[in-house]
Amino acid sequence: MSALQGMLAEFAGPGDVLAATWAARRAGYVALEVFSPYPIEGMAEALAFRTRLARVTLVAGLLGGAAIFLFQGWVHAIEWHLDIGGRRSFAAPAFIVPTFEITILCAALATVFAMFVRNGLPRLHHPLFAVPAFGRASQDRFFLFIGADDPRFSAPTVRAFLVSHAPLEVHDVPR
Amino acid sequence: MTRGGPDERWIDGDHDVAAINDCVVDTVQSPRTRNVWLVALAAAALGLGALALAVFGVFWWYVGIWGVRTPVYWGIAITNFVWWVGIAHAGTLISAILLLANQTWRRSINRFAEAMTLFAIACAGMFPLLHLGRPEFFYWLLPYPNTYGYWPQFLSPLVWDFFAVATYGMVSLVFWYVGLVPDLATMRDRSTGLRARVYGVFALGWRGSARHWERHQFAYLLLAGLATTLVVSVHTVVSFDFAVAQLPGWHATVFPPYFVAGAIFSGFALVLTLLIPVRVWLGLRDLITDRHLDQCAKLMLTAGLVVAYGYAAELYFGWYSGDPHERELLASHLHGRSAPLFWTVIGLNVALPQSLWWRAARRSTAWLFVLSIGVNLGMWLERWLIVITSLEHGLLPTTGGHYWPTFWDWLTLAGTFGFFAFFMLLFIRFVPVIAMSELRELVGDRRPEGA
Repeated sequence: MSALQGMLAEFAGPGDVLAATWAARRAGYVALEVFSPYPIEGMAEALAFRTRLARVTLVAGLLGGAAIFLFQGWVHAIEWHLDIGGRRSFAAPAFIVPTFEITILCAALATVFAMFVRNGLPRLHHPLFAVPAFGRASQDRFFLFIGADDPRFSAPTVRAFLVSHAPLEVHDVPR
Repeated sequence: MTRGGPDERWIDGDHDVAAINDCVVDTVQSPRTRNVWLVALAAAALGLGALALAVFGVFWWYVGIWGVRTPVYWGIAITNFVWWVGIAHAGTLISAILLLANQTWRRSINRFAEAMTLFAIACAGMFPLLHLGRPEFFYWLLPYPNTYGYWPQFLSPLVWDFFAVATYGMVSLVFWYVGLVPDLATMRDRSTGLRARVYGVFALGWRGSARHWERHQFAYLLLAGLATTLVVSVHTVVSFDFAVAQLPGWHATVFPPYFVAGAIFSGFALVLTLLIPVRVWLGLRDLITDRHLDQCAKLMLTAGLVVAYGYAAELYFGWYSGDPHERELLASHLHGRSAPLFWTVIGLNVALPQSLWWRAARRSTAWLFVLSIGVNLGMWLERWLIVITSLEHGLLPTTGGHYWPTFWDWLTLAGTFGFFAFFMLLFIRFVPVIAMSELRELVGDRRPEGA
């Protein structure tokens, strides 16, 4: 077991880190992660990553909307029926406003909740925060990380590989 | 490989990524603005105190202390409610619709406008709850199982309103917060000690991982799509409070689009009123340029034209309906008791904004500032005209009445200004007012000197 969590290469620009990421993929590394102060276009493709968050939004919205619609029908037609001039108690058109609002609310809250859960956040402590230079990942520096759990990981070769892509610096990430 | 390129034109000067960070982070707890901020906060705290007193008054003596009496059951509390909800709409339009329309200029102002939205919704939400008569039972609007075997009346526009405003408030809050998380991480990494810990907790451990960004951006886009529907629906539901009733001046099919346009109109006016001084005060003129104000002015003019159409349609349908009560109200607006108010509204909301067709007017900060205040006043008076003048008029001359706000009415309105100012000032002091992570993307290709 290595004493390292992985290795981190620091770059000055988004183009550099994108090129290095593609090279790492071609070299067969799989435990890759990139950190940047803003989203880099094309990076998800370089990491062969796709999100399926939209399904959560759709399902949560449909379930929330259906639930509140049926609930209103149950309240007015069954549980607490009020005879208002003989009007139909299951007044579907009048139920639309709360149905719409709850659809949007459930979809939005579920999307945000799922986004944070799938991202593994909140997680206030992380080995990467032990690298002082990593503080600039949220400001103006771009990092490529190769994890020690990669089957091809060995510290000297990974360091040599990262250095060959002209980073500003290569950092060890302690476990 | 960034989406920079031509969009760089929205940032003046030659700021690179690091310079943008410095520019925005320096506004947070800046020693330069500290004294002015403290004075402003103290003034706003007075307003907050006034609100506490006004709310206490309503809880202690109930709505009788307001000027409302038969037949004017709704006083300026409802005028204020409609006005504040309207203010909120510009923030959501800027953050949601302009995001979907790929308008990069929104990135300099969306955070600020969204904060405005949040506090405006909070101000708005107070009024209908205080107006309930028994405000301590406001939670009866929520459908929860209770020993009375009681449920809310889902056929009532008041309940719709509660659902609409509550959803709007919550979605606006998560939308704002999701956009804020990466910037809070920047604040965490640039602070030390207790401040770093506090920002760190709110940043949730954001690391800027590419996979996280992908999900974050996708969620943000989905939220924008959802919030877009709220831009058009919330004031629609508010307009149902009026349009569903049979009263002359309320019962009109043009109300939903007319209310939505009015909301966006007054919202942009307040964005301008606040951004013009704030960008100078915080030293952000390179990031919030005159061209941004120009864009806001164009959108304000567009919304204003729809509002003008609303006025025209309301007048036309009042006349064309042939309904004697509608026609009487119309005559009152055009040349009767309510004519001074009506023509003031037309002057402020229709005539003056036409100046924005000229580029010189849109580029004149002083004129935009004056005009935006005029529009906000005009929109408040318009809601007075709709809520109060219609109720005063009623259906028959014998059932007419008269309303004038009492001290407590005015105190509540002034109190919400204090509340709004207080929280906006806290926001400006402790949170980056500009979405740094979004602006960085615009200048990603600019390399720092010697790098």
